[in-house]
Amino acid sequence: MARTAELDIDALLADRHTRIVVCCGSGGVGKTTTAAALALRAAEAGRQVVVLTIDPARRLAQSLGLTELDNVPRPVTGLADDAAPGGRLDAMMLDMKRTFDEVVLAHSTPEAAEQILANPFYQAVSSSFAGTQEYMAMEKLGQLRSRADREGTWDLIVVDTPPSRSALDFLDAPKRLGSFLDGRFIRLIAAPAKMGGRAGLRLVNVGIGLVSKTLTTVLGGEMLRDVQTFVNALDTMFGGFRERADLTYALLKEGGTAFVVVAAPERDALREASYFVARLEQEGMPLAGVVVNRMQPSAAAGLTAARARAVAEQLAEADRPAASAALSLHAEVSDVAARHRNLVRRFTAGHPSIPVVEVASLAQDVHDVDGLREVARRLAG
Amino acid sequence: MPPAPDPLRADGFAGVRLHVVTGKGGTGKTTVAAALAVALANRGLKVLLAEVEGRQGISQTFDVPPLPTTEVRVAGAAHGGEVVGLAVDAKTALLEYLQLFYKLGRAGGVLERFGAIDFATTIAPGVRDLLLIGRVYEASRRRLDAKHHRGSPPEELAYDAIVLDAPPTGRIPRFLSVGAEVAGLARMGPIHSQAGSITELLHSPATRVHVVTLLEEMPVQETVDAVAELRELGMPVGAVIINQARAREDLDALADLDEPRATHPVAAAQLAADLDAVGLDLPPATVEALLDQVHRHTERVALEVEQLAVLEAIGQPLVTVPFLIDGIDLDAVTEIADLLADQGMVP
Repeated sequence: MARTAELDIDALLADRHTRIVVCCGSGGVGKTTTAAALALRAAEAGRQVVVLTIDPARRLAQSLGLTELDNVPRPVTGLADDAAPGGRLDAMMLDMKRTFDEVVLAHSTPEAAEQILANPFYQAVSSSFAGTQEYMAMEKLGQLRSRADREGTWDLIVVDTPPSRSALDFLDAPKRLGSFLDGRFIRLIAAPAKMGGRAGLRLVNVGIGLVSKTLTTVLGGEMLRDVQTFVNALDTMFGGFRERADLTYALLKEGGTAFVVVAAPERDALREASYFVARLEQEGMPLAGVVVNRMQPSAAAGLTAARARAVAEQLAEADRPAASAALSLHAEVSDVAARHRNLVRRFTAGHPSIPVVEVASLAQDVHDVDGLREVARRLAG
Repeated sequence: MPPAPDPLRADGFAGVRLHVVTGKGGTGKTTVAAALAVALANRGLKVLLAEVEGRQGISQTFDVPPLPTTEVRVAGAAHGGEVVGLAVDAKTALLEYLQLFYKLGRAGGVLERFGAIDFATTIAPGVRDLLLIGRVYEASRRRLDAKHHRGSPPEELAYDAIVLDAPPTGRIPRFLSVGAEVAGLARMGPIHSQAGSITELLHSPATRVHVVTLLEEMPVQETVDAVAELRELGMPVGAVIINQARAREDLDALADLDEPRATHPVAAAQLAADLDAVGLDLPPATVEALLDQVHRHTERVALEVEQLAVLEAIGQPLVTVPFLIDGIDLDAVTEIADLLADQGMVP
């Protein structure tokens, strides 16, 4: 085997230094299920765990007992009878608008908060802006962590990441916010009175008048005023908001954090995983390893696909359709399994030092805690 | 063969110029969008295949270098048909838009220096999505002769059809309704009217939103939800495309060997006897393993049948693409294009 290490999930979860596990990867690879399964396994091994899911499938949410999206962690019942003592599992779904509203309320005066919450721009940003989910996931993670530190509620936080167009969005969100806040544009737009005229001259850059004029042309005066009100109102709370985003980002670099990249044995998903791995390395973020879900299990390895195919033909000629079908199915399954193994082999060859665990695909979706436990068992190898 | 699909529209979505393809992550929507573009091009049409998520999916699918921000021919087809690829970039689209509608000249560069362009394309609500769709909208209306004057006969459209590899189902209602949303935020002015025109196109009979799914619970649920939401928004829903259907042609034959128990004594004896008839003597463990495989497959197909019933209840045309064991490459895209054409996805 070219691979140097198998990802040891149990060791990772048992290590008391592991305080945060972040599951990331492209869409449709079983990220949320993996996060929930890791959390359950850790809880049943005696850890006090909270899992933050972003957008769980209905059945998965139900299996965790999450019937309503109320933005607070709820205890999950149904931990195994033979679970290690002291373990507990709480689960929550992220409500991004509510999280954003709470941030506004916590960081502004009641009057300012009211003004912000009523602004049409705020309403659009907080409920529909692509990217808000990443900010808010980060914010919620920060909140859970400070509560864990303050009250000793949890010793492990497992986070699922939003189904971004790219797995990297989650890492970029705080930085994007930072560059936005530092930008000249925000200062410009937040201070309309200073635009143009003498202020423009004072700033030497004569472009400023042009910007102001252009904005009015493009956006229309009314929309520009809405934006200005929004930005001005938010300005008061931006400091705290940003500080927390930076803190959370720093937290992710600490030794207590482990990133688990989730993938599937498909070209695109593994390519995305490669990008993510490279990015984590570049940022100095601690990568625990890669989980490859949905692997085609293979059986009867002694019978090659080619031989099975030949025999299937003979059986068809001998008018034994059932056996012929069984052998041709075997040929197909073996080919798919081989393709999956090859894709993973290529990935590990490119990343020899990264631990990987392969997880066989499940016949059906997870419906309850027992199903989740089965996923966890497979994850642990 | 996959389970029989619904009888399809006889006209193959004739009259539709904008095919929006969405689907849950991991269902293969990019592959299906590419295959649909190829199927249309095979009819001799000039097709624009646009992606908006910055993933260079077109370049990977057609095995061509990463696409620039301009339109690039990625594949030719019979009867003069061709597929032109476009990786829409929000920033480029904004600068082009400003140039086109406001003749900004140097102000565009100034806006960029002030971070206004970054603000608009990453932070400002909905603007990014509006720019992405707006760029597709612009391509859909563009005519071959840019100097077309009023009074002269209308020039030929640059593209006969457009296939948009759209964001995943979770984001699609919001993505497609961004025109209406922004039109509400900008209550008048050029952005308002531009957003209005886009909304009009998306609601017109010239548009269809197709949803790609797997016959698995989660993607099927997302498909049901997305179709309901799209209908509520008044968007014309097209076909539901079932990707990677597992059921095999010889399913009935396989069922003879399916013995739903921990061990399979009866089936094992039968299979061993059949194998013996062609002179193959496999160890009992191998025979057991083969039967396990048969059982897993029939179990999986039974689940697929359940999910198919859910999809049938949606009442949209269903198209089925079987699971391709060799994975997805350019040949697979061609194969899927033919399957889509055979099932009435193109005129």
